[in-house]
Amino acid sequence: MKAGIVVFPGTNRERDMEQALRLVSGKAPTMLWHRDTSLPDLDLIVLPGGFSFGDYLRSGAMGAHSPILREVRAFAERGGYVLGVCNGFQILTEAQLLPGALLRNAGMRFLSQDGFLRVEANDTAFTRDWAKGDVFRAPLAHGDGNYTASEAELDRLEGEDRVAFRYVCAKGGLDAKSRVSNPNGSQRSIAGVLSANKRVCGLMPHPENLVDPDLGATDGVPLFSGLVKSLVA
Amino acid sequence: MSMIVNAELAARFGLSAEEYQKVLDIMGRVPSLTELGIFSVMWSEHCSYKSSRVHLKTLPTKAPWVIHGPGENAGVVDIGDGLAAVFKMESHNHPSFIEPYQGAATGVGGILRDVFTMGARPVANLNALRFGDPSLPVTQRVIDGVVRGIGGYGNCVGVPTVGGEINFHPAYNGNPLVNAMTVGIASQDKIFLSAAAGIGNPVVYVGSKTGRDGIHGATMSSAEFDEHAASKRPTVQVGDPFTEKLLIEACLELMATDAIVAIQDMGAAGLTSSAVEMAGKGGVGIELDLDHVPQRETGMTAYEMMLSESQERMLMVLKPERTEVARAIFEKWDLDFAIVGVLTDTAHITVKHLGTVEADIPLAPLADEAPLYHRPMTHAKPPARLGTVADPVGVEHALLTLLGCPDLASRAWVWNQYDSGVGGQTARRPGAADAAIVRVEGTKRGLAMTTDCTPRYCQADPRAGGAQAVAEAWRNITATGALPLAVTDNLNFGNPEKPEIMGQFADAIKGMGEACRALDFPVVSGNVSLYNQTSHPSGLSQPILPTPAIGAIGVIEDVTKAIGLGMPDHAELVLIGEIRGELGQSLWLREICHREEGAPPIVDLHAERRNGDFVRSMIAKGRVEACHDIADGGLLVAVAEMVMASGIGCHLDKPHYGTSLHAYYFGEDQACYVIATKHAAALIDEAEKAHVPVRHLGRTGGTNLVLKDGMSLSAERMREVNAAFFPKLMER
Repeated sequence: MKAGIVVFPGTNRERDMEQALRLVSGKAPTMLWHRDTSLPDLDLIVLPGGFSFGDYLRSGAMGAHSPILREVRAFAERGGYVLGVCNGFQILTEAQLLPGALLRNAGMRFLSQDGFLRVEANDTAFTRDWAKGDVFRAPLAHGDGNYTASEAELDRLEGEDRVAFRYVCAKGGLDAKSRVSNPNGSQRSIAGVLSANKRVCGLMPHPENLVDPDLGATDGVPLFSGLVKSLVA
Repeated sequence: MSMIVNAELAARFGLSAEEYQKVLDIMGRVPSLTELGIFSVMWSEHCSYKSSRVHLKTLPTKAPWVIHGPGENAGVVDIGDGLAAVFKMESHNHPSFIEPYQGAATGVGGILRDVFTMGARPVANLNALRFGDPSLPVTQRVIDGVVRGIGGYGNCVGVPTVGGEINFHPAYNGNPLVNAMTVGIASQDKIFLSAAAGIGNPVVYVGSKTGRDGIHGATMSSAEFDEHAASKRPTVQVGDPFTEKLLIEACLELMATDAIVAIQDMGAAGLTSSAVEMAGKGGVGIELDLDHVPQRETGMTAYEMMLSESQERMLMVLKPERTEVARAIFEKWDLDFAIVGVLTDTAHITVKHLGTVEADIPLAPLADEAPLYHRPMTHAKPPARLGTVADPVGVEHALLTLLGCPDLASRAWVWNQYDSGVGGQTARRPGAADAAIVRVEGTKRGLAMTTDCTPRYCQADPRAGGAQAVAEAWRNITATGALPLAVTDNLNFGNPEKPEIMGQFADAIKGMGEACRALDFPVVSGNVSLYNQTSHPSGLSQPILPTPAIGAIGVIEDVTKAIGLGMPDHAELVLIGEIRGELGQSLWLREICHREEGAPPIVDLHAERRNGDFVRSMIAKGRVEACHDIADGGLLVAVAEMVMASGIGCHLDKPHYGTSLHAYYFGEDQACYVIATKHAAALIDEAEKAHVPVRHLGRTGGTNLVLKDGMSLSAERMREVNAAFFPKLMER
């Protein structure tokens, strides 16, 4: 799998993502710079977490206007696979490659804690190594993760099976109103969504931080192993 | 304010009459305003350590694994594989009271720069925080701002905040403490130092532009607070973690080339201290042309530029033929890059602005004749040991009270605002083990790190308290299985011009030195923060509790062997160390009896070393499943914390005590560890052979903490009590 990781000024989880991709796929990804105006031959583009441009405007708003986003958009339009995690998800929504927006967390504070995600759709390259309904641990680390979209958009996402992950409590209980189950207050507990062709995926939590058995847990591995299976032809 | 240079202005800048006379003698004339500004900040307590130096010199700073001790931007120690850990702790106390968010944020930014200046990639942040009475609105405002500030900065730069400590005491009401620590990792053959060299080499400024923020910040932190503290808000700097992140990446990219001769961050006293220190250490002169300094505001004077403490700036001396390579890297990262001066053979610092020489000071006397004080000291007699105290409430009530009290309550509300996982190397998150553990990227090795101090012990007996702070840090690293390596100290005290404060300072350092020597735990970096004292309109002046915060690191060869608090089911509990039931200055005495009395627990450094070395050897042999040292709250709190961390309960044996039951359970005896093991018989046998005090303590199982006298508390109930304090205080 030929993966590329986009680095913006202020990106800070590119090394985490690089380690995860290398560990699971056995191959080092290519690092891409936000000013690049062409892409190497790639199977997957990852927009990692961080604070692109300091997030001094809206989170991800400046990153969405970087030169490389034109290339990312063209890549996605050609049917390429794109994964956005945390700030990368925010950039994908700002660039309108994914619907909705990420607002300030409901509690108005940064959240760094274990999150638990339930797999809602497993017919995608991002989720195929989970079963539908599987619950896995993924660390949250964000201030703006409160997923919001119009009711019509939310209905459409659900109708088209484009909700990839939902926040649940450790035992799997779903409750959009509970801060235990849905820590940042996301509408309908949505943690991750997919594009119409299911090849662009964005999520707030960080599966890339739980892939190494030496650090105690491997809950995040299926995201990457699924991509490897789909993209290594 | 009139800016005519005379003794009166010098006094307003914090120079005493004698110090000003020394300036006149060195200069042979009345200094310019800029020159007076340079003298005043360089000779401030903050920059010159004029009250503390004679005492600091007594601390042990050497060991075979120490690569650079005090005197550089941060300490550097060998961690194997050709790698080094670079670390330091530094205070940002006064700014954090005036403007908590920015004060704490820029404290984190400053200590990060001290570490990456040396060529290290920062891999972890920790902090040591002391707040006043939590019921006061001002304390809640400070907590909120400080926690947001630490998170806001650390989360954005992408350095995980993995550990720290928090205490509350009314002595910090008007003067909270914010001590920030950064640990970085560098290649031993790529350590960058600050001594300038090469006459004619360019002096380069990189990073943010200079503004009028923070002028005289170093002077402010060298004076007591009064009721006008809020009017000093303009002297607090404003942080920009985004620029810091760019600066880290740009500097590390440049450091991979061979362009840099010397590098130093602009911290306290900004351009002045970085230029003076770099040139002074290198024994060369330096000429700055301020016309080239990137400026955020128009019309800035030389005085303002030299004294500005604008953040996220660095000064470097480059090889002239590499200047353009460096410029390209900084431009890539959208950072200012300007050649602002040159190294000279004049042995002076010369500052030019708009065609005029604004300052021309000989460097040697500026450094060598900096004031050095042997301040008068008085030593309070340590209090007598506490007599017998009756238990007014019973064990169960006391345990629940302690678990819910401000000093022991769960810090999850705080930690959950700090990104502790960014970087992908965090092996033990806050609260999971006695020390945080971060893997060294590309290896199996882990760095263990902690910050510790028990100010109430230091107040009662500074020497014992200083030793205890070092011993506890050593113990916390040991309890994870790591080998403790070295210490950074952050010495927070009151006004050194008061003999009783100076006595506390000297005694605390004496105790620290004794512990560091006994434990082979040298001090490799540090920071002193004095004048932590609030003067009230009544004329009374309230000093903080003496707080020599200790930051420490250790190394474990295999990170997968590191031990935390989480106990397995069906294990035996074993107590290492001797419980005498030390209730003097204990949290039990304070929280249950509302008394802060008696002598603090005895620190037996021989027992500390023997017991700790034994525990570490048992962890290395794989005989330990979980380990926790006994500290605040004593044995029963330690066991309760293990039950809460694992969700697994335990049954404790009938206590073997030569003291009262409550003293046995809540005494804060030192050099003790609670261990969960599946090899109890072998472990006890080996301890006896090594003459290490050891006892069978109980068995794990179920979900309740059960005592022989009938007490039975569930993990869930204890967690509920333990978790309540912060959210209740802060989320109303």
